[in-house]
Amino acid sequence: MKMTGSQILCDGMVKEGVEVIFGLPGGAVLPLYDTLPQYSQLRHILVRHEQCAAHAADGYARATGKVGVCLATSGPGASNLVTGIANAHLDSVPMVAITGQVARPFIGKDAFQEVDITGITLPITKHNYLVLDTASLGKVVREAFHLARTGRPGPVLIDIPRDVLAEAVDFHPPSQTELSGYKPTLQGHPAQIKKAAKLITESRQPVILAGRGIIISGAHNELKQLAETAQLPVITTLLGIGCFPESHFLSYGMLGMHGMAYANMAVNDADLIIAIGMRFDDRATGKVSAFAPDARIIHIDIDPAEIGKNVRVDVPIVGDVKVILQALNKLMTPIEHIDWVKQLDTWRREHPSISIRDSDGLLPQYVVQQIYEVTQGEAIIATGVGQNQMWAAQHYCYHKPNSFISSGGLGTMGFGLPAAMGAKAGCPDSTVWCIDGDGSLQMTIQELATLVQENLAVKIAILNNGYLGMVRQWQQLFYGKRYVATPLSGPDFVKIAEGYGLPGLLVKHRGGVRPAIEQAMAHPGPFLIDFRVEPEENVYPMVPPGASLAEVLEAPQPEAKAADSAKLPVSNI
Amino acid sequence: MVVTKHTLVALVEDKPGVLNRVASLFRRRGFNIESIAVGHSEKPNLSRMTIVVDGTTTSVEQVRKQLDKLPDIIKVSDITEDNIIARELALIKVHATSATRREIIEIVDIFRANIVDVAADSVTIEATGDEEKIGSLLKLVRGFGIKEIARTGRIAMSRGGPGLMPLEGKSAKANNKK
Repeated sequence: MKMTGSQILCDGMVKEGVEVIFGLPGGAVLPLYDTLPQYSQLRHILVRHEQCAAHAADGYARATGKVGVCLATSGPGASNLVTGIANAHLDSVPMVAITGQVARPFIGKDAFQEVDITGITLPITKHNYLVLDTASLGKVVREAFHLARTGRPGPVLIDIPRDVLAEAVDFHPPSQTELSGYKPTLQGHPAQIKKAAKLITESRQPVILAGRGIIISGAHNELKQLAETAQLPVITTLLGIGCFPESHFLSYGMLGMHGMAYANMAVNDADLIIAIGMRFDDRATGKVSAFAPDARIIHIDIDPAEIGKNVRVDVPIVGDVKVILQALNKLMTPIEHIDWVKQLDTWRREHPSISIRDSDGLLPQYVVQQIYEVTQGEAIIATGVGQNQMWAAQHYCYHKPNSFISSGGLGTMGFGLPAAMGAKAGCPDSTVWCIDGDGSLQMTIQELATLVQENLAVKIAILNNGYLGMVRQWQQLFYGKRYVATPLSGPDFVKIAEGYGLPGLLVKHRGGVRPAIEQAMAHPGPFLIDFRVEPEENVYPMVPPGASLAEVLEAPQPEAKAADSAKLPVSNI
Repeated sequence: MVVTKHTLVALVEDKPGVLNRVASLFRRRGFNIESIAVGHSEKPNLSRMTIVVDGTTTSVEQVRKQLDKLPDIIKVSDITEDNIIARELALIKVHATSATRREIIEIVDIFRANIVDVAADSVTIEATGDEEKIGSLLKLVRGFGIKEIARTGRIAMSRGGPGLMPLEGKSAKANNKK
């Protein structure tokens, strides 16, 4: 049967279960856009900037667990995807990015809208392809989806010249994928698992550090079973949020730079760390040489290159987290760590970390907490990057996987709105809130148009403090309060929303928060609320950059405010 | 952490861009590649690379694991600690006159190298051996005036044993991870 490259691509995507493509057309991909209407299973969502196509595919993938797909034309279309691809790469998000390329005879001639996107994305993709043979396209599509979703997931890019998309060839459906250089290890080594069980049983002060690997692997039930059987306190990374219900009596929140003080203290005092599907990022470990000084470390991860990369590991177990936890659970008999859990509870009482201070002003933490109450913890929360992200992580109580969507590794401002858009496209029946900052939102604000055109009912809460708030916080604490290039003026977000065709509300007082959130929830379509929050509110607790987790700073008490900044350790980052 | 010279060998898909992927990984992790030699292997469609880099054992192990993750890399091993045979080939064009040619030929004989080209004012020596041998030869002929040198960089394999990829087919990589 004769099929064009475009048809082979669409057919392949349908077979891989693709439902939504986020994209923006251009010259090189016109043959593909012309073919799309033949495949009604593929919904195309037209973004306003290609970076947001990648972020939306990312948000879609994180919310659904499926592979997100984004599509851009050659040249600037392709290069605009780069930030979104890098973001997905650092956070292990399954994504297939499809880019148009100039026709084969023009490749390497600096043709109009030609860019070497496979060269550019080499270090930020799990793998990438430049398709020069139309007959190989079916196989490439199949391999790309296989690579993106298996093992440690990640973005895979397929670059397709315009004439390959247009060319008709005899089509033979690809047989089984044969990638001899790619065989992720799934089963953990039984002897290592046995060693881990022994260490856990012998430990007196163990903690689990749970990362996004648990969510990817779908191992939240296995994690819960392990924690409950051996009475293990569970602390998550930023991206691990949601893998363990935060209302659970063994949940001790998040660790790291803005983690709970008691979580950081527990890690610091632990005699055993059971790290599962996490990679000891510097924002999680603090000063790595002082990380968990008395602990032995069990590290469970599917990526062998993560073992021993940042910290020394006593018991490495390479494989799929779910498979390994199932095996480990079989070896565990019920044990108690009652004194240790009591100790953690004492720390939690003494260092509450997320209590909101008394204020008549409009506090950003209060806004997040009210969104939690109104949505009863059932919403998917996508965030920008900075203070808004940390408050959204701290003050919303997450109890299910895939409910917190945030740019962890790359820290991409502007991620929130397009990611929320992708999450809503993938989970139309879920409530999706984008909690964002005024700085972050303005990086991708044009996607409000996409929300309206596609009727994606994302609710947007701007924690508007008139600053690039996290940078301002660092300037306040570490650069003598010199606010260089952090104050932001305007815009009037309500007018902007109206200009794009969605309703907006301005909230300046505490009393207006709850009614505004309820109004947004009652409205059937997208809705924006501009919360004018305390401009110089800081995120606490905070482990200063370069300090160890033990040196956590907590919110200054009113009388101790002035003295506090003098005690800060010297930053080396 | 001691920085030492490491020899890595890799079997890779014989496709465009693979060398770039490998080199790019070393660049990203801050390694200076001292030499890299690529050629066909015993398997059809697979090339063999020998890469020599300076680094600590931990940092080289990290980059080896990162390389192993590339789908185009079938197998990669650090064979530094193994009992290996390592050779390189050098072509050395030495200034030679009728007065010095005899002496040069004697040196070449001692090193069991060959003269592969003779011109009016030069001879070209072909020498194989480890870096030390090539280095000694160069030291001895340098006095005559060296016009040009081309070296392949190291190629290496373990003595005896089953080879880098003894098992046929798919399970080889998983079973032979170092």
